[in-house]
Amino acid sequence: MSNAFIAFQKNDESRCIVEAILEDNPGAMVDDQPSMVKIDVPNRLVIKRETVEEKMGRSFDLQELQLHLITISGHLDETDDEFTLSWNS
Amino acid sequence: MAIDLRTVSITPLRQTFGHLARRMGADKPASRYIEATMDLQPVENYHYRPTWEPQYEIFDTTRTQITMKDWYALKDPRQYYYGAWTLARGRMQEVAEGDFDLVDELGLAAAYPAAGKDEALKVFLPLRHVAWASNLNKAYVSSYGYGIAISQAACYASMDQLGVAQYVTRLGMAFNDLDALTDAKAAWLNGAEWQELRRYVEDLMVEKDWFEVLVAQDFALEGLLYPLIYERFNEKLNAAYSPVFSMLTRFQREWFGETTKWLDAVLKATATDNADNKAKLAEWIKHWRDRAVVALKPVAQLAFGTEADAIMAELVQNLNTRAAKAGITL
Repeated sequence: MSNAFIAFQKNDESRCIVEAILEDNPGAMVDDQPSMVKIDVPNRLVIKRETVEEKMGRSFDLQELQLHLITISGHLDETDDEFTLSWNS
Repeated sequence: MAIDLRTVSITPLRQTFGHLARRMGADKPASRYIEATMDLQPVENYHYRPTWEPQYEIFDTTRTQITMKDWYALKDPRQYYYGAWTLARGRMQEVAEGDFDLVDELGLAAAYPAAGKDEALKVFLPLRHVAWASNLNKAYVSSYGYGIAISQAACYASMDQLGVAQYVTRLGMAFNDLDALTDAKAAWLNGAEWQELRRYVEDLMVEKDWFEVLVAQDFALEGLLYPLIYERFNEKLNAAYSPVFSMLTRFQREWFGETTKWLDAVLKATATDNADNKAKLAEWIKHWRDRAVVALKPVAQLAFGTEADAIMAELVQNLNTRAAKAGITL
């Protein structure tokens, strides 16, 4: 089983996204680097708009996360409500 | 010459302030809102009691019948600290100003049918006095509330009401210049339709329990008034005339939608804390909701004639649903 992962630049906004990922993905592993944070989840990683909004306290368009994005791995499935990375295994 | 590049990772000794780390149970980065809110108010070593109320400390939890294990549970889901709030309001104001400019540029207010103007001014303009009263009452909540979580949000809401009063005033000036303001003041002071509402907000100016003021002003009164005016009355004017009224009241509509989220979260956290709170909130909501219905009925009749009762009943239903969602059974 491979890990789906996503990496963000570290800032106020991405911290909320990371918090949301940790809440929605049990088994997520955080790799804290200077000015970068990478999150690995076995097989499938999901980012839910609703959870991010709750963390940020404002409405959030999932495409905004591209502003802080460094890299991803996994097949990407994007809807208005969820941003999902996964491997077919 | 060979250059050897190395990365050196320097980890900060701590991620946030000690009091926040203790609160969160771990040393992890905190949001600006949390940093600018939690535990900021002094809680001990007060030197002097207020000369006008020596039975209380300057910040005193017993100024309300509501009790909380942690007053900072009354968090704002919008996460407004001063900076975030001014930015959000700045954006809202820019958009609202754009609408006023457009209405001005195209002469839309002048072209609004005279019957529509009359109707709008009669029902809507006296509300500038309500907004001002709301400013005062929210300021009271802010100054006597306990804990920065509730007092800062109440302060922002209070200042927002000054903005609302100004936007109401500007609509009046756009429709009928200064005469609109004079007439609205006369109606507020002497018009029979307005006296119950005036009594309501003026009674709140001398109410001592700040949490009760919050419930009465923000939840019971505004929870009925804003949907009545900015949804129902707005729809009626739009259908009969043109959407100019909507454009000139944009700020208020957005403000209410957003502030509702804050207030509902505060009520929910308060009700969740203990059963006495829940009972107290239910008692206050019932009392003030019924008074608000009495106060708003003549205004609703002014706006909707015979349909007023049905509309008010529906709005009360919606308010009860909001209370139920916050865990308060009426």
